[in-house]
Amino acid sequence: MWPWLQKLGSPRWFYDLTGRWLPWLVACMALLLVVGIVLALLFVPADYQQGNTIRIMYIHVPFASLSMAFFPLMAIAGIITLVWRMKLADMVAKTAAPLGAWFTALALASGSIWGSDIWGTWWIWDGRLTSMLLQLFLLIGVISLRSALEDADAAAKACAVLSIVGCINVFVIKYSVDWWNTLHQPASPISMSSDQPNGPEIWAPLLIMFLAVALFLAVSLILATRNEILVRERRSQWVQDLVREA
Amino acid sequence: MGDYAFNVWSVYVLFALFFAINLFYPLLRRKQILREQKRRQFFQTTAPQGDTAIVGGTPSGPPGDTP
Repeated sequence: MWPWLQKLGSPRWFYDLTGRWLPWLVACMALLLVVGIVLALLFVPADYQQGNTIRIMYIHVPFASLSMAFFPLMAIAGIITLVWRMKLADMVAKTAAPLGAWFTALALASGSIWGSDIWGTWWIWDGRLTSMLLQLFLLIGVISLRSALEDADAAAKACAVLSIVGCINVFVIKYSVDWWNTLHQPASPISMSSDQPNGPEIWAPLLIMFLAVALFLAVSLILATRNEILVRERRSQWVQDLVREA
Repeated sequence: MGDYAFNVWSVYVLFALFFAINLFYPLLRRKQILREQKRRQFFQTTAPQGDTAIVGGTPSGPPGDTP
């Protein structure tokens, strides 16, 4: 194996590096989150059709978009686990599944609340909503599969395969609004001019919220992976030293 | 926010709850893991060899050695 890949897969290296990154990531996340929420709640103009429900978009869109990143992330980690048997990749895959389920659940819940105002219904079995629900079930399936198998090695392999297969659903989610006639709208075009619909006063706060939620994803994933490292590497000398110092 | 205030605020409250759970739970879990590991280290360093039988291990001494 290449030395740089070996270093990248070392739990100790990951633990040390993320320990240095975390304060900066948390500071950037907090700043972007405060700015994004203040802009979304106080400064974004009400939509001419949807009124103030447009403010739900600043939570729903970042969570719905980023929830689609979990299966590709878990699939990449799964391939690394299957090919190079890297412990760290399996730890990331394990901690990503529950977080992905949370992201998908919040996207579904916020979309449902938004839909109750705009569509007049909490739920409809259209392509986008159904494929998102399928993603939630698949993520719960990955979590259940891991806890059902006693052999950790077999569980890692089975979850890796399921994560790779689950990536197909991400394409279905993305293109569902183009392939089928759905109640859920397709992606809206954005404009650089304030005179046009979806000008910077609409998309700039959305971009800030997207970055804040992306950082939140990174921070949550890092925190959970560091805990998993402490549990799995508890017999190694560096973890025992760390516990003694704590 | 007019008629939509309840729904808009409920989404932001859901987000705040989700945010708090996913950020603070790993921190609490870390404390729990470290406490557990420390206790384990303490028992490993202080417990005498023969005591392993008490917590489910096999007795280290020969049979009939115990009074």
